Amino acid sequence: MTSISRSRHKRLGMPLPVLFAAGFLLAVASIAALAQVLAPFPYEETNLLYRLRPPFWMERAMDAHPLGTDKLGRDVLSRLLVATQVSIALALLGTLIGASLGMLLGILAAHKGGWVDEAIMALVDWQAAMPFLIVALAVLAFFGNNFWLFLALMALFGWEVYARLTRGLILSAREQGYALAVRALGAKPGRLYARHVLPNVAGPLIVQLSLNFPQTILLETSLSFLGLGIQPPLTSLGQMLGEGRDYLLNAWWLAVLPGAMIFLTTLSMSLIGDWLRTRLDPTQHR
Amino acid sequence: MNLRYLVIKLLRAAFTLWAVVTFVFVVLRLTGDPADQLLPDDVAPEIAAYYRSLWGLDQTIWQQYVRYFAAALQGDFGISFRNGLPALEIIWQRVPKTLELGSATFLTALAIGIPLGILAALHRDRWIDRVTMGLAVFGFSMPNFFLGILLILLFALQWRMLPSSGYGTWEHMILPVFTLATAFAGAIARFSRSAMLEVLSQEYMRTAEAEGAGLGARVWRHALPNAAVPIVTIIGFSLGGMIGGAVVTENVFAWPGVGRLLTNSVGDRDLAVVQGIVMLVAVTMVLANLFVDLAYGWLDPRVRVGAGQRSR
Repeated sequence: MTSISRSRHKRLGMPLPVLFAAGFLLAVASIAALAQVLAPFPYEETNLLYRLRPPFWMERAMDAHPLGTDKLGRDVLSRLLVATQVSIALALLGTLIGASLGMLLGILAAHKGGWVDEAIMALVDWQAAMPFLIVALAVLAFFGNNFWLFLALMALFGWEVYARLTRGLILSAREQGYALAVRALGAKPGRLYARHVLPNVAGPLIVQLSLNFPQTILLETSLSFLGLGIQPPLTSLGQMLGEGRDYLLNAWWLAVLPGAMIFLTTLSMSLIGDWLRTRLDPTQHR
Repeated sequence: MNLRYLVIKLLRAAFTLWAVVTFVFVVLRLTGDPADQLLPDDVAPEIAAYYRSLWGLDQTIWQQYVRYFAAALQGDFGISFRNGLPALEIIWQRVPKTLELGSATFLTALAIGIPLGILAALHRDRWIDRVTMGLAVFGFSMPNFFLGILLILLFALQWRMLPSSGYGTWEHMILPVFTLATAFAGAIARFSRSAMLEVLSQEYMRTAEAEGAGLGARVWRHALPNAAVPIVTIIGFSLGGMIGGAVVTENVFAWPGVGRLLTNSVGDRDLAVVQGIVMLVAVTMVLANLFVDLAYGWLDPRVRVGAGQRSR
């Protein structure tokens, strides 16, 4: 008993790494919200006189461009800010749409049962069996790349996890006293799920949301890195990294800066997701 | 092995393959008339009509579907736009190189992940556990394209120890394998740890300790066989992620495998090759899942008997 209560006590506050992660994510969120205000230059403004200038701590750096310039003389700091905004916005939008879609289908499966349930779960199994990156690449090949299709792919990513999770949660929650009571009072299914069941099963769904978000960032940046996602003149962290990769020999920062941004963001999200999971899921308290 | 268990698994595998073929067919037809995409814009109507009937595009959609399905079953996905060779042939040339990369990665990740996970579980909440799990989180938060580029920067450009890209010698394999194995090893270490923790808290482990079995024997003879099922599950689950990772990694290191072929074909919109690769991945995933299911039956006798009657 003593060891359990000791570990519980330790987990009550945020551990130091989680605190750092939260701070970093706060900074990322502010960047995403204020990129245009913070950026010293328009992110697409070229200046061919000052190409491939290094960041401030190296020789030949320019005061006007603290993180240097890229192959077209564009300000790396401004590009990094806007790229972060694009990547975060895409991942956030994708995660939210995907979660809503998955939850809706999960509720539908649990509520209707029968062949609807079977069909949705078969779809879930199928989606889980196919690596999503491959499906996304195939869709991009068939339809050709465009922004809205790309966003739709981000939204589709991970829906099956939410659907399965929601279905399971609802099936067990429905039989509990409060749900039976609400139903006995004559509430319609929509009201029952939205007002009573969902708030009660929100914990695991929030955890899943926090675990899915970094995965969505990785999907977007991977596709953009391969040159098959966000297309210039728009930029994203993956697209920047993909471009910078051609200049590793004489301008390594062009690849390393956006890469570090992606890594630190996904790492922070994972740390917080893990922490949330141990906080919200009683079976993880070991 | 229980026959019903096997039949259900086989049916599910067949359903997945059917769904993939159907998905590709539907998406392809949604994108518009294939004849318009394949033929030049200024082609004469008679010639277009000739090709239409040659490709069966004048038939009803159901006839086309049956025809497509039959061709897919025989591995016929059409001709590559780029060099006029059958798509399957082009893909098949690349498969050994991806398998080489994949199997080396697989073995590396297991050899790193499982021992680290067990070590962490045995030293729970002590510094070995903290460091190992920290590394694991680090490993699977690291985008593989970024890790690959960092490794190229350090080992190829800075220290000039290893080739930055290409294929040929064993030295070419080190960086791609390490890149691809990192995330996988991290996931396996975490799951091995939690599977081991679950087992270590069981009564029979205390019994084994009371009987005087040494630590090595307890882990090897009693704990590992019981932790094997969740570990095998996560290995099966990770395969899909690894296939996606291989696509990116092959690109970073110019590894001439299926993944690089896929991204190039997507860029060129070489649809025949893309279809072939999607089907190849689907077959691989289905076979892997079947293998995992069969491995359950072998590792855990309770699965063999079926869900209804759980005997010990």
